[in-house]
Amino acid sequence: MTLLLKDVTKRFGQHTAVDHLSLEIPTQEMFGFLGGNGAGKTTTFRMILGLLDVTEGEISWNGDTINYDKSHLIGYLPEERGLYPKLTVKDQIVYLGKLRGMKKSEALVELEAWLKRLKVPEYMNKKVEELSKGNQQKIQFISAVIHKPELLILDEPFSGLDPINVELLKEAVVDLKEQGTSIVFSSHQMDHVEELCKHLCILHKGNPVVQGPLRDIKQSFGKKNLVIHADFPLEFLKEYPGVIRYKKVMEGCELQIENEAVSQDIFTALPGKGFIRKFDLEEPSLNDIFIEKVGASYE
Amino acid sequence: MNKFWIMLSHTYMTRLKTKSFLISTIITLVFIVGLANFQTIIEAFDDGEDKIAVIDESNELFETYKQSVEGVNEEMEIVAYDGTEEEGKAAVQEEDYKALIVLSTNESQLPEASYYANTISDSSNQQLLSQQLQQLKVAIATQQAGVDEAALADIYAPVTFETTALDEAAKSQEELSQARGIVYVMLFLLYMTVMMYGQMIAMEIANEKSSRVMEILVSSASPVTHMFAKIFGIALLGLTQVTLFVGVGYYFITTKQDELTGGFFEIFGIQDTSPSIYIFAIIFFILGYLLYATLAAMLGSLVSRVEDAQQMIMPMIFLILIAFFIAMFGIGMPDSTLVVVSSYIPFFTPMVMFLRVGMLDVPIWEIALSIGIMIATIILLAIIGARVYKGGVLMYGRSSSFKDLKKAMALSKKDK
Repeated sequence: MTLLLKDVTKRFGQHTAVDHLSLEIPTQEMFGFLGGNGAGKTTTFRMILGLLDVTEGEISWNGDTINYDKSHLIGYLPEERGLYPKLTVKDQIVYLGKLRGMKKSEALVELEAWLKRLKVPEYMNKKVEELSKGNQQKIQFISAVIHKPELLILDEPFSGLDPINVELLKEAVVDLKEQGTSIVFSSHQMDHVEELCKHLCILHKGNPVVQGPLRDIKQSFGKKNLVIHADFPLEFLKEYPGVIRYKKVMEGCELQIENEAVSQDIFTALPGKGFIRKFDLEEPSLNDIFIEKVGASYE
Repeated sequence: MNKFWIMLSHTYMTRLKTKSFLISTIITLVFIVGLANFQTIIEAFDDGEDKIAVIDESNELFETYKQSVEGVNEEMEIVAYDGTEEEGKAAVQEEDYKALIVLSTNESQLPEASYYANTISDSSNQQLLSQQLQQLKVAIATQQAGVDEAALADIYAPVTFETTALDEAAKSQEELSQARGIVYVMLFLLYMTVMMYGQMIAMEIANEKSSRVMEILVSSASPVTHMFAKIFGIALLGLTQVTLFVGVGYYFITTKQDELTGGFFEIFGIQDTSPSIYIFAIIFFILGYLLYATLAAMLGSLVSRVEDAQQMIMPMIFLILIAFFIAMFGIGMPDSTLVVVSSYIPFFTPMVMFLRVGMLDVPIWEIALSIGIMIATIILLAIIGARVYKGGVLMYGRSSSFKDLKKAMALSKKDK
């Protein structure tokens, strides 16, 4: 039960949208796809779904190629809202559910449960165009998961939602994962990926710049963050050997350092200068990694 | 296949429930009912028989005139008026009579008349009255000249002018006028169908694209399935509408047979034509619909906004218009080169070839060839359409030109 992408390349004429991407997404995992705008995330998803043909390479799900016979096993939430504005939520979801191989009665039961869970049971008979953007996104989400897919592809699932609804959807996504759904999702909000995914891949201009388990990525990144809050000026650290980046904040500074050893040096250099309120060695955030990796290839 | 039916019935049901569909259907039904009851409606506004007062100064013309007028038009009643001319005019003004005619004879004993009415805009009645008087005059004049009745009858008898086609297979005059009727009906029907339902298909697809629901749809079923589900869903909708119209029309025709037969139906010659022409009509109609519907679906898949769809299907509308005009022109001269050549051009075939089949005796291989070309074109268009469709449904942009056609094809192309 794995989704396997082998050396996948997609070219549109001269332009290469995805360049030799190889991935293995294990079952019951949440896989995060990161990338700036135009990085090739949506193109990759469309290739997985079979909407676009790959130029080179192979995509398989449990060893088989994905085609329309398997569409009842797959759920898809596209980046843009894709619903019939004039149809009611009920008609809409029942139709889309039927296309994914459900019976009308099943779809109705599931829909009711989902609307309740997402705290919008009163929308059953409303037209989609009457709903707010965030609530439309909930309906869109339901349309992607109503048929209990084995593979769920979420393209920017949390955009347009307020923090409370983001939490609501996150919980739902985690539950689906626990129940055995493999989930691939993309975002450019690092914190969501950091929170939810064990595995991830950062795409930049079609190239996978970083990929693997989150922990390994962080460890192999090597660089650490050091936060120091102190009563005396810290400017001298800017030129300190091993310091890559210096950022002044209200109560002190935030440093990016080459490795853990540098923090030891700094620690021994500080005493006697004044009062130190905080000295904290942190793992790099995904944000740092992203900026570093993607930023580097901009140059 | 199952998904095909789900999509088809969804297209059908949602379209069936739209307000615009219901309203247009109701309006057309009202129109049909109105047309079927045309006679009754006209009569309802008519105050019965037209009474025409006649003052006969000659004292001998009245009876003959009354008989000849009433014999031609039952609605007219010729009444002798006893009063003076002035009183008669007053009576017409008070609308006791429709008109007043003063009959007299001139010096050579031939009839003349003066016609008085409130308005003289009703020319058909005046014409009838004057014609009948003319006949009376001719009869009297010839009698005066001493021509006997038998000779007169001979003079009036219509000349014998028989038309015979030397080619035995050619159609007789009678068959031709019947065929012409069916060809007209078919031309209008196909024209209307393509205009209405072709547009509907393009709109429907453009609509799904603009609401971006298309991406979900094509991720659950193949674009080809989706395209044909749309085409047949709308076809079914059209069938429902047409069946409803024909059904209601048929009901009125059967209940009002006496009033209607001899009028409309004789003109269009639908009463007794050979069944083969109906079979051809159905074949060409279905193929014509499929051809244009596939084209409409393909064009509809290229636009990303509903507003652009109208512009995009212009080529389709031009094609059907040209076909329609060639056919209308060809009905008078079905064996002209233009008609023959264009009957093999697939977009014109359903109209023009059918016209030839109806009006001439076209060898069966020619018909088969044209049908073959059409089917091949439909298949080709379906293949291209499916590819354009697959790329087109994912393509969003401002422009809606034919450059997009190439782009869409490239997008769905499999690089080998």
